[in-house]
Amino acid sequence: MYSEKVMDHFQNPRNVGEIDNASGVGTVGNAKCGDIMRIYLDIDDNKIIRDVKFKTFGCGAAVATSSMATELVKGKSIYEALKITNKAVMEALDGLPPVKVHCSLLAEEAIHAALWDYAQKHGIEIEGLEKPKSDIHEGEEEESESY
Amino acid sequence: MKKIIYLDNAATTRTAPEVVEAMLPYFSENYGNPSSVYGLAGESKKAITESREIIAGALGAKSNEIYFTAGGSEADNWALKAAAEAYQSKGNHIITTKIEHHAILHTCEYLEKRGFEITYLNVDEYGSVKLEDLKKAIRPTTILISVMFANNEIGTIQPIKEIGEIAKKHGILFHTDAVQAFGQVPISVDEYHIDMLSSSGHKLNGPKGIGFLYIRSGLKLRSFIHGGAQERKRRAGTENVPGIVGYGKAVERALRTMEERTRKERELRDYLIERVLTEVPFVRLNGHRKNRLPNNVNFSFQFVEGESLLIMLDMEGICASSGSACTSGSLDPSHVLLAIGLPHEIAHGSLRLTLGEETTREDLDFVIDTIKGIVQKLRDMSPLYEDFMKREKQ
Repeated sequence: MYSEKVMDHFQNPRNVGEIDNASGVGTVGNAKCGDIMRIYLDIDDNKIIRDVKFKTFGCGAAVATSSMATELVKGKSIYEALKITNKAVMEALDGLPPVKVHCSLLAEEAIHAALWDYAQKHGIEIEGLEKPKSDIHEGEEEESESY
Repeated sequence: MKKIIYLDNAATTRTAPEVVEAMLPYFSENYGNPSSVYGLAGESKKAITESREIIAGALGAKSNEIYFTAGGSEADNWALKAAAEAYQSKGNHIITTKIEHHAILHTCEYLEKRGFEITYLNVDEYGSVKLEDLKKAIRPTTILISVMFANNEIGTIQPIKEIGEIAKKHGILFHTDAVQAFGQVPISVDEYHIDMLSSSGHKLNGPKGIGFLYIRSGLKLRSFIHGGAQERKRRAGTENVPGIVGYGKAVERALRTMEERTRKERELRDYLIERVLTEVPFVRLNGHRKNRLPNNVNFSFQFVEGESLLIMLDMEGICASSGSACTSGSLDPSHVLLAIGLPHEIAHGSLRLTLGEETTREDLDFVIDTIKGIVQKLRDMSPLYEDFMKREKQ
């Protein structure tokens, strides 16, 4: 059901973990649907993403897209990272089964949420970055997402 | 090849070699159509009669009350749709439960669209129907009660005899989906006042594509498939002779081995439950501790998602299943786990292990050790676990 790349990233996920005092942290998804993704970004003064870590509660596709998304943003500027779409993540994984496409959206949203958190903390505005919609707080009932 | 440990016997079972052997002559030797007149056909006809007798005997029923179908889902569809149609002059109300198989639930939805009213009974935290709720749900227009014998996900065995008595007392038809229970627990249609019962061959080491509906004699149900005179004109179509022969053999076998097999399975089941509950933190057992199918175990591992767990188990050669949304193609986890009151995120972390006659203690030791490692690995990458541990530290 999954491509070899998805299986590889699921079995050997890159960049799992946390970053203490991260420049930005974003958590998206909700436990009701069974997927939660959290991305930590360490961003330097030149707005380059020096390090990135993730934690994901979810299916094989959710773990693999998180892993791939962290690979894609690592070393990039925040502006480049913002342009990484769910399509790019999917393509890098050689595709996902149709029912799992929403997992790749979550990865894109998690990066945006982490960038938003960074922008908030540093009082800057990143052009093209909108306030994340599905940033979650545990225990809250979430609207079902419109994939 | 890596050893496979198959713990998904509620999904399907391995067709027993002696069952396959019994079936084989009916493909290319005794291939005659049972409806034909020549001697070759007679062999097929005789084989069907024998199978029917074995199966009827297993339920304390009569041969002419067993109607072969293509499986459990067909039997469920037939029972509900035909009973609804036959008794709609009496009423339009049907009672079932929230934890039925989709073959029942989706048939009920179909009937609702056609003017029938369905009551879906709640179950308690162990997945048992509450008899008081059942009694309260009965109306003068109630024509049918359909409650599964044992649940396919959490294994809970329902108070079928009591439900049958209530149905009988009120003159209401009683159907039970016994797909998981038949061959695992003794069933007597008379003692339990069962009017209709669905079953499927491949759940008890028989072949796929064969099942039956038991219909108590005297019930005026319409034909499900119109055509020839097979199955007393109620289910037309040339009989699946090898399937029927295999099913008969499987039932004969299941009855013969039931006591010894289920004793062993119960012992292994309880061993598996005990070890996992003691050795893995933040885990719960779904379903009743004792009043469950001898081979069913269903856990929820907190902070872990079921599909991930299944893929990792598969990589170790372990076949299992989960009620997580990701394994069903929908966004909602299993309706059964929600019905017993589990929050969504706990339901997503469920794991069903259903033992078989070949399961050994050594297999389970390997499975338990593997589960421990996988669950820890998945928790280490779970943001829910991270948040939980941070709260714990405070």
